[in-house]
Amino acid sequence: MERISIQTDDFDVGAEYRQICADAPGAGAVVTFSGLVRNFHEAGSGDEVRELRLEHYPGMTEQRILDIVRQAERRWELLAVRVIHRIGALRPGDQIVFAGVAARHRGEAFQAANFIMDYLKSEAAFWKKQVTQSGSEWISTRGSDKQALSRWQASAD
Amino acid sequence: MLHIHYFAAVREALGREVEQVELPRGVTTVADLIRHLRGADSAFERMIASQEQVLVAVNQAVTGGDGPIRDGDEIAFFPPMSGG
Repeated sequence: MERISIQTDDFDVGAEYRQICADAPGAGAVVTFSGLVRNFHEAGSGDEVRELRLEHYPGMTEQRILDIVRQAERRWELLAVRVIHRIGALRPGDQIVFAGVAARHRGEAFQAANFIMDYLKSEAAFWKKQVTQSGSEWISTRGSDKQALSRWQASAD
Repeated sequence: MLHIHYFAAVREALGREVEQVELPRGVTTVADLIRHLRGADSAFERMIASQEQVLVAVNQAVTGGDGPIRDGDEIAFFPPMSGG
């Protein structure tokens, strides 16, 4: 079972964890990941980030995330998957993304959560604008995220 | 009628978010549509010239220049996407 949300509202990790447990009777492992907005400029200027504005393409973004989750479900036997991605204006320290995976054993749950996050970071359809004291700019996929992705592609061969 | 959406830097460069465009005569592919809009709309031409890369989706699937376009399609123009 997979549940995907794109929302402006914050999320409660404890409540999400309990829901995943309820969705996955028989699970022996639940891995949850939360991503936070960083407080420094990703492009390297070192400027302090005041705000991160996220946009998505309603419909297409949800479908791309569902495709990523389905890929993970083909690789590992997963009992429940929950993904939340926030949009709108966020500040440093705010929660931005959540991935939770339930499986029978911890190996599958850790690996699937890692896989989903790697794919989300480069494949999900979002646009991000970073606001610093010197202005604002759109940011693109980081090289390290592409590298993180390539290890899964190599292991799929 | 085509339903055209613009996102992120493309929307800002163009100054609009969404529009309805009558399917122009002779337009059957994404490349045809871009050629038509560049010729017919100077703001669109300036937007294309100002962007490093513009992607196109037809009915929410990213497609190349040879992607077919039919009346009623949802078209979107946007810069490369990033993830979470």
